[in-house]
Amino acid sequence: MNIGWYLVVSAIIFCIGAGGVLVRRNPLVILLCLELMLNGANLALVAFSRLWGGEDGQIFALIVMVVAAAEVTVGLGLVVAIYRLRMPIDVDELSELQG
Amino acid sequence: MVLTAIIFFIAAIGAISGAIGVVMLRNPFYSVLSLAIHLVSLAALFLLLRAEFVAAAQVVVYAGAVMVLYVFVVAYVGGGEQLASGGVLRVLGPLFALALAIELCIALLGAGLKGVNTKGAPYVTGFGTPQHIGKLFLTQYLFPFELASILLLVAAVGAVVLARRRRGLEPEEQRIDQFLFRARRPAYTGTMAEGAGIRPTTQDEPYAVEAERVGTGAGESSKPEGGW
Repeated sequence: MNIGWYLVVSAIIFCIGAGGVLVRRNPLVILLCLELMLNGANLALVAFSRLWGGEDGQIFALIVMVVAAAEVTVGLGLVVAIYRLRMPIDVDELSELQG
Repeated sequence: MVLTAIIFFIAAIGAISGAIGVVMLRNPFYSVLSLAIHLVSLAALFLLLRAEFVAAAQVVVYAGAVMVLYVFVVAYVGGGEQLASGGVLRVLGPLFALALAIELCIALLGAGLKGVNTKGAPYVTGFGTPQHIGKLFLTQYLFPFELASILLLVAAVGAVVLARRRRGLEPEEQRIDQFLFRARRPAYTGTMAEGAGIRPTTQDEPYAVEAERVGTGAGESSKPEGGW
């Protein structure tokens, strides 16, 4: 398969994730959609790594996975903290930081 | 070649439908399961791109560890009744995503990059194996590697701090705790009970809740709602 196919798939996945972040209101699902966007970027990185013939893109993809795992950990910790405080799990309702 | 194409299309359809499922499904638990399908399909795509180690890490780290974390949090928080996002974003979000997809496809395919229409560089034996990746990580990319480990440590500590219990134990747990730990022990000798905000006071009444004093002493809000 040509590299272009992979890039198109990665672009579609990224856009689905971006749309999901805008549409959904549950912070858990928003985190999942962030994962989708990062995975789309990962696919593009690995595809370009294959195109170029070097492994640097794969290294970058692995670092992206590490960052995604860290982000998920902190995000889920925030969700649990919100739940503990008996606040609604809804990004439209959570406006405590709004001045 | 035909087999590669078949596997590619199966994996691509799996990845895209999994992604759509994450966004469209109402129940967050089903969204998580859909993301697992998406991740496994993406690992198949990585394998087709000769990135063995990335594919394995994807399955182990994402589809294994991160998914378990998600499932636990979804089971803890629950929250099935997902209301539709009201107003402008409900309409503009998908439109924006569609426009972005079209624009990205135009940018990728219309860029005139010659390499995009090829199958990539000629395959070298050992490309993408753990041996090559490990060698790169420990020589050329040692600093990002160490930085990633520090980042993971910081994230783990941060998650523990964010999700910790703030105002001592719940009343029922407190009674069980008093029942279980009646052994006489000097104060502040480092038990997990003290970490949770209770400590032994007198010999007769071994444990007392210290949550309020700890809460106000540490500058946290003493309201029933608690502070961040």
